[in-house]
Amino acid sequence: MSKINTLFQDKKQNILSVYFTAGFPNLNDTTTIINELEKSGVDLIEIGMPFSDPLADGPTIQRSSEIALENGMTIKLLFEQLKIVNSTIPLVLMGYLNPILQYGVEKFCKDASALRISGVIIPDLPFQEYLDEYKTIFEKYNLKNIFLITPQTSEARIRLIDEYTDGFIYMVSSASTTGAKNEIGSEQEQYFKRIKEMNLKNPTVIGFGIHNQQTFSKACEFANGAIIGSAFIKAIETGEDLEKDIGVFVNTILKEQLAHRNS
Amino acid sequence: MNYQVNEKGYYGNFGGAFIPEMLFPNVEELREKYLSIIQEKDFQLELNELLRDYVGRPSPLYYAKRLSERYNTNIYLKREDLNHTGAHKINNTLGQILLAKRLGRTRIIAETGAGQHGVATATVCALMGLKCIVYMGEVDIKRQAPNVARMKLLGAEVIPATSGSKTLKDATNEAIRDWINNPVDTYYIIGSVVGPHPYPDMVARFQSVISEEIKKQLLEKTGNENPDYVIACVGGGSNAAGAFYHFLENEKVKLIAVEAAGKGIDSGHSAATSVLGKPGIIHGSKTLLMQTSDGQIIEPYSISAGLDYPGVGPIHAHLFETGRAEFVSATDEEALKAVFLLCELEGIIPALESAHALAYLEKLKAKENEVVVINLSGRGDKDLATYIEKL
Repeated sequence: MSKINTLFQDKKQNILSVYFTAGFPNLNDTTTIINELEKSGVDLIEIGMPFSDPLADGPTIQRSSEIALENGMTIKLLFEQLKIVNSTIPLVLMGYLNPILQYGVEKFCKDASALRISGVIIPDLPFQEYLDEYKTIFEKYNLKNIFLITPQTSEARIRLIDEYTDGFIYMVSSASTTGAKNEIGSEQEQYFKRIKEMNLKNPTVIGFGIHNQQTFSKACEFANGAIIGSAFIKAIETGEDLEKDIGVFVNTILKEQLAHRNS
Repeated sequence: MNYQVNEKGYYGNFGGAFIPEMLFPNVEELREKYLSIIQEKDFQLELNELLRDYVGRPSPLYYAKRLSERYNTNIYLKREDLNHTGAHKINNTLGQILLAKRLGRTRIIAETGAGQHGVATATVCALMGLKCIVYMGEVDIKRQAPNVARMKLLGAEVIPATSGSKTLKDATNEAIRDWINNPVDTYYIIGSVVGPHPYPDMVARFQSVISEEIKKQLLEKTGNENPDYVIACVGGGSNAAGAFYHFLENEKVKLIAVEAAGKGIDSGHSAATSVLGKPGIIHGSKTLLMQTSDGQIIEPYSISAGLDYPGVGPIHAHLFETGRAEFVSATDEEALKAVFLLCELEGIIPALESAHALAYLEKLKAKENEVVVINLSGRGDKDLATYIEKL
């Protein structure tokens, strides 16, 4: 069984997923970041494969991608680095389609699977294109493809995505690129509630704009968990003391849960 | 051979709609409605009236006598430079703004390279009373200052794109990000035959008025509606798509697409996508694309801001792959020479982009009795600073 399915079976609430851009702040930080995130109590890690033209990303992830590429990050190098990672939590690769196409889709799936990667998130791979062209390849290597839904996604389309997903559904919190910093407003809550009431067969995780303990807790009231990306990138950008920065950041997000657990 | 887009939005192996889910509802709505809207009688009437009275169409097909003598053949210039706003771009922005209005959108965004599409968008927004935001690379803002001033004068907000190479590619990224952030009230007027389906087909249709007129005008002037050659410059490729459109099925008409070689194809400073590109995905469509072996998009170079794009429209990738169009290139230097030659022989100052098409006359070797149509896509006012430096 996939680590993703096991995770959501064992833990129904407050799942914390963290995104980082591989190759940032330094080229060889990948393993340290993964190990520290796992140690700090993160449930799922999204490893960003940097791309020169990240259309769905705001300034923070654009900049981390640019630096990662300047540092020399490639999918090939990332896969080398991942060989020594021995993580018990699910790892998901997130990146844009073009670098994967150039690497070769089947080779990408095969190599990722050999590295015990559990799934992929490819924002510019449309759902229908996935079904028509790529589904069989991804399934052959047991890679879960995670799809996004947004406040504008129709109910019929959400049902369709739910039907063809076996992992989790990534709920984009509002109409925005990554890194929005607003608090969660009533319009968003309405949308979260609407999705919750659809009783999808897949668990849901909310991302985009989740940046502190408050937004994380709020998102977790409506979904099984939440994803933090840009805020984490900012927390580690100096690269001076990664272990400490990561520990402090994750603790801040999870402090409410930790307090509950201890009381 | 079929050169039109198929139901799934592909030209042969190229095209499609590789967009994040955030854009799906908007692009899907457009895909469902664009054909029926633009074929409506009302829409056609309104568009044609504006093309005639506002843009000044049909644009003349001018027999360039002295240029023809120089190259010992028969050269006709399709004078898109005489359109209102100074280029072919307005054919498309007028079509799309009428579409945006029918879709009930109130906020218009656009990307621009040389500024011609930005000016054409700002113009139609003023005409329709709609809010207009134009994304333009920081580098281009500097090298195309007159167009920036025009856009502002016309009421548009010009937002600099400061990421990546700070040119057209990055302006397009920023426009797409804006659309992701404003999905409900905003319509994105793409300026070339690029982007997710149905944009390439829609823009080609709006620009096809160029070849429709060429046919009629050539028939009147020569008794034959088909020339031997149609030559156009290609960045994203909208003027070429428009100039080729009604000749695509007639293989006797040779179609020549001129790309910007920059400082030379192998110089590392070029935008000749058909030579330097491989299939990949940019701005929502699968096409030929300049990229590294790891699939990162390469920043192109051309003296001409309008040709400074690392991809080509999927229709052109298909015309290249099938051999229906011949792809050639002209360097910065060759384009500049063509500018001065056209000024000297015909009293016409062409845009740097269009000068790439003119530059190919040096190599064409057309016969004395053959007919060559060159799409003079824009006028050179915006490039005066560059030209003055070379005087």
